[in-house]
Amino acid sequence: MRAAVAALATFVLLAVLAGRMAFLQITNHDHFQTLSQDNRIKLIAVPPPRGLIYDRNGVVLAENLPSYTLEITPSQVSDLPATLARLAEILPLSDSDLSRFQTTVRRQEQFQTAPLLLNMSARHVASFAINRHLFAGVDIAAHSSRRYPAGDLAAHAVGYVGRINEAELGQLDPNMYSGTSHIGKLGVEKYYEARLHGEPGFQHVEINAQGRPLRVLDQQLPIPGADLVLSLDMGLQRVATEALGDANGTVIAIEPATGEVLAMVSKPAYDPNMFVNGISYADYDLLRDDPRRPLFNRALTGQYPPGSTIKPFMGLAGLDYGVTQADRTIWAGPYYQLPGDSRHYRDWKPEGHGLVNLELAIMRSADVYFYDLAHRLGIDRMHDFLTRFGLGRVTGLDSTGEAAGVMPSSAWKLAARGQVWFPGETLSAGIGQGYMLVTPLQLAATTATLAMRGIHVRPRFLHALQNIDTGAFRAIEPEVTGAIELHDAAFWDQVIGPMVEVTRNPRGTAYSIGQDAPYAIAGKTGTAQVFGIAQNEEYDETMIAVELRDHALFIAFAPAEAPRIAIAVIVENGGGGGRVAAPIARKVLDYHLLESAPMFMAGPR
Amino acid sequence: MTRLGSTGRSGYSHPPVAAGSGALIRLLRLDIPLVAALSTLAALGLVILYSAGGAHFELITRQGSRLAIGLGVMLLVAQIPARNLRTWSPWLYLAGMILLAAVMFFGEVSKGAQRWLNLGLLRFQPSELMKLVVPMMIAWYFAGRPLPPRYWQVALAMLMVATPVMFIAEQPDLGTALLVGSAGAFAIFLAGVSWRLLAAMCLSGLACAPLLWHFMRDYQRQRILTMLSPENDPLGAGYHIIQSKIAIGSGGLYGKGWLNGTQSQLDFLPERHTDFIFAVFGEEWGFMGVMLLLLIYASIVWRGLFIAVGSLDTYTRLLAGSLSLSFFVYVFVNISMVSGLLPVVGVPLPLISYGGTSVVTLMAAFGMLMSMHSDTRHARARAHTH
Repeated sequence: MRAAVAALATFVLLAVLAGRMAFLQITNHDHFQTLSQDNRIKLIAVPPPRGLIYDRNGVVLAENLPSYTLEITPSQVSDLPATLARLAEILPLSDSDLSRFQTTVRRQEQFQTAPLLLNMSARHVASFAINRHLFAGVDIAAHSSRRYPAGDLAAHAVGYVGRINEAELGQLDPNMYSGTSHIGKLGVEKYYEARLHGEPGFQHVEINAQGRPLRVLDQQLPIPGADLVLSLDMGLQRVATEALGDANGTVIAIEPATGEVLAMVSKPAYDPNMFVNGISYADYDLLRDDPRRPLFNRALTGQYPPGSTIKPFMGLAGLDYGVTQADRTIWAGPYYQLPGDSRHYRDWKPEGHGLVNLELAIMRSADVYFYDLAHRLGIDRMHDFLTRFGLGRVTGLDSTGEAAGVMPSSAWKLAARGQVWFPGETLSAGIGQGYMLVTPLQLAATTATLAMRGIHVRPRFLHALQNIDTGAFRAIEPEVTGAIELHDAAFWDQVIGPMVEVTRNPRGTAYSIGQDAPYAIAGKTGTAQVFGIAQNEEYDETMIAVELRDHALFIAFAPAEAPRIAIAVIVENGGGGGRVAAPIARKVLDYHLLESAPMFMAGPR
Repeated sequence: MTRLGSTGRSGYSHPPVAAGSGALIRLLRLDIPLVAALSTLAALGLVILYSAGGAHFELITRQGSRLAIGLGVMLLVAQIPARNLRTWSPWLYLAGMILLAAVMFFGEVSKGAQRWLNLGLLRFQPSELMKLVVPMMIAWYFAGRPLPPRYWQVALAMLMVATPVMFIAEQPDLGTALLVGSAGAFAIFLAGVSWRLLAAMCLSGLACAPLLWHFMRDYQRQRILTMLSPENDPLGAGYHIIQSKIAIGSGGLYGKGWLNGTQSQLDFLPERHTDFIFAVFGEEWGFMGVMLLLLIYASIVWRGLFIAVGSLDTYTRLLAGSLSLSFFVYVFVNISMVSGLLPVVGVPLPLISYGGTSVVTLMAAFGMLMSMHSDTRHARARAHTH
């Protein structure tokens, strides 16, 4: 009887077990099947290789090098301190490696992997590989690391990539950037991020409980980022850099017909490679606190008074508005006076220039002529005309950090300063001083527009772009953004002619560079005041601290009759434009027009 | 008992062809259905273990030799007349209690528990012995007395069970304590405790549950909490249960196939060749395989109960019944814990989990069952010829 009850009980309990199995294996099979797949299969994003960057001749400016990182997954290591100690026996672990590793481990979530040793040499990779079985949870990961072979030579032009930070992470499409650790931070690298990045692929990998991948079940290859060919000519870039010497300054050269930037130098520069995998605090402090400001991109972000380089454009404005004519002469004495004002607006030349027409005024850079012209035009007409050349707004270069400069007007002053415009300020503006500020890029771009006789082409770095599907490179068409129509097309020559005289005429302010040039250079010197001098004082370079000395400026295009290059040079605190800036421009022009072999190629291959 | 006579006789009506081997089996005092079921189980066990152990033959040969030793023990024990088993019972019980006490004082600590007694050449778990000795003692105690027993006799029997159980629980070894306790309890139950007393004991047992909770070790409490909600600690204590449920559930109706269980082969399943081997089996053989296994286990348990029911004396009935039922408890507790119905207690899946101690104990128990059955048959045969 009791045994029968017991047998019945066992039967019931067996039925319970059978029911439980049916519940797990039949009713909820799909659920557990999914969990089992999730356990077993890991989706690993495969980051796309970033597009390479070349100069116009195929010189590599940004490349990807394999780099090996020793990574530790602390959750898989039973005794972390002992493991680190044993690793230190076979690998050169520095204290900073260890402290950075500890910091990373503290900050990240459990079960994640932290890098211990970056950029391992092949030798160290090998010495770990043969001991790998002794180190559970420790592995070598192959990454690709961005490198800029040109170093500081093209730093301000190309920019750099760096690790994705919190703020960027919030903005990025997580699907596109899964597996990607770096992003363009500055310059072309940032501007063309979308093209350079590509699209990630994925792998379904079977893993074991320790997370070690066992085999790839299926995969989709990433779509690599497009390679870029920049308009830069590294030969020219080097010549410009060397020509600047130790001075702080900038050189920008543009091909007028296409707007392509042939050279963009901002000195001093820095090594962009330092930023790729995180710059150390010490190095960063050094760069940030350097009084010469190497991180400051003078060419795009720097804003300077254009000084006398504005005069050809002023001349065009005067001609176009009919307030002056090419053959109109005025007496240019030592100073200019506004009617009913006792204040003396001095010429740079204490004794004055005598009787001058527009040609002489440009060639000799006679301030008084342009004081008079500015007074006749008025600030608002000057503003309207110079704005047509692109002053006071960004050029739209395909890079980052471009400043807009300032092209003042009476309305601007009322809005910005809350004050009315004074007639005296018009005179300052007439010789490129006062409120007027331009970026070197704007200066080069307006010079190019002048060279093109009013045809405005957007400046750009991109020369050719790779088609991802075919791999072929496609040249980028120039983007004409407008044409300046003058009332008489002859006005162009009435300004450009005198600019040629600047370098060709023995009395021209830049005759030193034009006298032996085998091609005609249309140029204009400029000297921008950093330091206001009082009415009755003399500017004496030797008496003033270096950082308060005048900036030396020079704009030019050549050959004057068929321009192939337009250039703007600014040497900070360099002094006179003709003496300091013009010779730099000449070296750049020589290289481009005489030396550089036109090695045009549509692609690196 | 006459109603069982016809069933007993059926053992003698073998067809002539099988008579030769039947005679040999009888000579060895073995039981054909039990031997058949046990060898099927053992063979299946080795096949499962091969997969669970990562396809290593070393594991199979070691477990195979343990099964062989178990078989030898079974054969040996089967030769001992049931009469002797009965007379030895109190002395074995006494010896077992002394050994348990010895473990308390001289035992070896392994994995936080003091279970082992080192006898020089042999490491030995006295608690394992108690799985057999406690039901023998209870059977012996009730065998000489008129049934149903009086209340004070039941109380005394319970004390005889509770004392070793407490010793074992103190080691601590909850799984073994549970099995020893249930073996003793089954013997008492089969002796004929009134239903009213049984109900009262169940109720008071429930009432004592909080008290029991109070006396539990932390890890034991944790296991119960984990069983109730493994998802609260998916990477800690709940990991075992979650992974084994995934393994079993993902097996589905027909399983992923032998050696193809991803949960087991890729190391997600912990303890997969010992206590959690059932999950490997469930994953690779599916619901159909599980049903087959349950059928084999059921046939062994029911054959044991059949032997108990067919017996002619109280001792055999109580001992055979309680050994069979505690074998069932083994199966039930292991499968329940692996499938998340009961908390994780260290109970192996009998004759399939990798490990030696339980194999020897279990085979000794089956040896006793066979011995008692042979004696019953002889007694019946004698009664028939007279």
